[in-house]
Amino acid sequence: MNKPIAPAAPARDIKAIVNAGLAHRHAAERRFRLYGLVAISLGLAFVVLMFASIISKGYPAFWQTYIELPVAFDAAVIDPEGKRDPKVLENADYAALVRASLRSLFPQVEGRRDLRALYALASSSAPLQLRAAVLDNPTLIGSTQPVWVLASATVDTFVKGNIDRSLDETLRPIKDQDIAWVDKLRADDRLERRFNSILFNHGDSREPEQAGIRGALMGSFYTLLVTFLLSFPIGVATAVYLEEFAPKNRWTDLIEVNINNLAAVPSIVFGLLGLAVFINFFGLPRSAPLVGGLVLSLMTLPVIIIAGRAALTSVPPSIREAALGMGASKLQMVGHHVLPLAMPGMLTGSIIGMARALGESAPLLMIGMVAFIVDIPKGMFDPATVLPVQIYLWADLPERAFVERTSAAIMVLLAFMILMNGLAIILRKRFERRW
Amino acid sequence: MSTTPLEINTPLDGATTSSRASGNPLSSTQITDYDHRQTVGKITVDNPKMTCRGVNVYYGAKQALKNVSLDIGANEVIAFIGPSGCGKSTFLRCLNRMNDTIPGCRVAGEIRLDQEDIYDRSLDVVQLRARVGMVFQKPNPFPKSIYENVAYGPRIHGMVQNKAELDALVIASLERAGLLKEVEKRLEEPGTGLSGGQQQRLCIARAIAVNPEVILMDEPCSALDPIATAKIEELIDELRENYTIVIVTHSMQQAARVSQRTAYFHLGDLIEIGETDQIFTNPRHKLTEDYITGRFG
Ligand SMILES: Nc1ncnc2c1ncn2[C@@H]1O[C@H](COP(=O)(O)OP(=O)(O)O)[C@@H](O)[C@H]1O
Ligand SMILES: [Mg+2]
Repeated sequence: MNKPIAPAAPARDIKAIVNAGLAHRHAAERRFRLYGLVAISLGLAFVVLMFASIISKGYPAFWQTYIELPVAFDAAVIDPEGKRDPKVLENADYAALVRASLRSLFPQVEGRRDLRALYALASSSAPLQLRAAVLDNPTLIGSTQPVWVLASATVDTFVKGNIDRSLDETLRPIKDQDIAWVDKLRADDRLERRFNSILFNHGDSREPEQAGIRGALMGSFYTLLVTFLLSFPIGVATAVYLEEFAPKNRWTDLIEVNINNLAAVPSIVFGLLGLAVFINFFGLPRSAPLVGGLVLSLMTLPVIIIAGRAALTSVPPSIREAALGMGASKLQMVGHHVLPLAMPGMLTGSIIGMARALGESAPLLMIGMVAFIVDIPKGMFDPATVLPVQIYLWADLPERAFVERTSAAIMVLLAFMILMNGLAIILRKRFERRW
Repeated sequence: MSTTPLEINTPLDGATTSSRASGNPLSSTQITDYDHRQTVGKITVDNPKMTCRGVNVYYGAKQALKNVSLDIGANEVIAFIGPSGCGKSTFLRCLNRMNDTIPGCRVAGEIRLDQEDIYDRSLDVVQLRARVGMVFQKPNPFPKSIYENVAYGPRIHGMVQNKAELDALVIASLERAGLLKEVEKRLEEPGTGLSGGQQQRLCIARAIAVNPEVILMDEPCSALDPIATAKIEELIDELRENYTIVIVTHSMQQAARVSQRTAYFHLGDLIEIGETDQIFTNPRHKLTEDYITGRFG
């Protein structure tokens, strides 16, 4: 009974055998670490490259050139009858004021062609700016005021140094004559670079200097709002039902497999589905954030359900037993204990799903959220576009000023992405529990 | 097998109990060396709180308990002992229908609490579990404050009218669980921050806060050190005055210390049941004797 068990191999041998293999094992370990390091450095290098490229291209877009014009608010042009009737003030020819003021800066310019080139120094938004100023304060009429107006995109691009003046005149979008005027304005301290608030306050425009991402941002906001309001409650309810209440049978297995499959369906398919169902069948408006949100909900739901179920399964069964053992009903067990404990995980999953939805463009192209829309949407029924689609639209345009705005919009989009993912990480860290 | 005369106990109403079991799913080839053994000892008591007759439990096709019948007396501590996997926990969980939560688990037979069939369709498990509380092997306080842990049961069952009553009930429960002195000053701190023994006493306080009639304890001390174990055993002795206690234990010393009756399970059979003194000093079944003399287990 108590016979000592004979060792499988003599002790000395084991030591020698282990030692012989040791160098090999250590080498394998070092090699593996090296592979890991190389992989990570490679990945990091690409991330750095991407950010460097986007930021270096995009940061000039956050600045914009303004020209100071001495504007004579001529009563004869604005309000010939002197009644200060707002209707009259609104429809006055403010462009004439801009033209007159430019002429007063460069009195030597003559001839239709040259004059037109001169007028093009200021953005076409300058008259609108004057009108707003007059409507705001009619006492301006009759006086002469220095007004900072937007420079045209070409002037802006040139001032930012993105047009090489040593290039032959025929090869650059700005002519020698314009360069001379800009130099003169600069010498007179009539040029200034300011923070480009237009980028954040305006909708899209054909004129790069007046184009902003506000419309796309609001479009993204309404779209994501719809997405969140739909997919979070439905996703959480589905996850809770499947994980806690549904019987485990062939049907629930089938549902589970299909949810996992849905998560892998290419997003453009959801776009086609949205077009067919929401727009063609239910007759919802095209290009509306409501439809965009519906489509993105379809896409985000599986992600939230899967994350939600994972969060629910990570709640230890002992908590469930404790609650049931106390006589809690199943709903009370879930509502009082399991769901609150799973909520941080569910929120994390949802935020990551929402971040994905924020970056999605393909399905939205299918439902018409790719239109050129100047007005900032005021609700989820207004036609709108979203940030990634705006980027797609601008990336297609040849003007240099749109190139930098494209990169700027990408920077804004990335900032939101990082913000959302950061929030997810904070949530996870904050509510991480150990049992 | 055993030479001692058997006191054979036929189920009181064998006909009705077997009708609920929809046939034994075991094929004859799966049965190992015997069908099932008859219980040695007196299963009945004069003043039963719970009566179990012909209880069979299946996990899917696997039978975990075979025709177990016994009474649990009012205000007694009854201990279930036996080697691992013999079905002690399974039987314990039948008594408050916690087995309902395990998919694939099927219970056949009859279990009555105060003459009331607890597997009756009209009986709500919520009510049953309020009357039959449970303390688990691993302390499992809710990740909430100590106060909230104890207040949970009374709250969900609507047992108190106002905050003052609830406060009083929480304090009284902690007092009865012998925990009040240690946690008085930190009722708002998380229950999970207590030591293992304190957590287990918190779980007991939580269970007695709803004033159950029976308390089931599944190896309540197996995760605790000897000092914490001694405290719990002392507590069990005090609780006997007001409650009926069913305790599963791996430690025979513990069974001997706290219980009045002991039941020995073996591979799904209830082998022997009797007064604790008799079981430990004079076991009548060979298997019981082998187990308590440490020959296996
Ligand atoms: N959830 C379950 N599913 C399937 N089989 C189980 C389950 N729980 C317990 N069993 C089986 O039932 C038998 C009795 O288990 P249990 O009651 O836990 O034993 P004990 O508590 O006496 O150690 C064991 O053979 C075990 O493998
Ligand atoms: Mg057990």
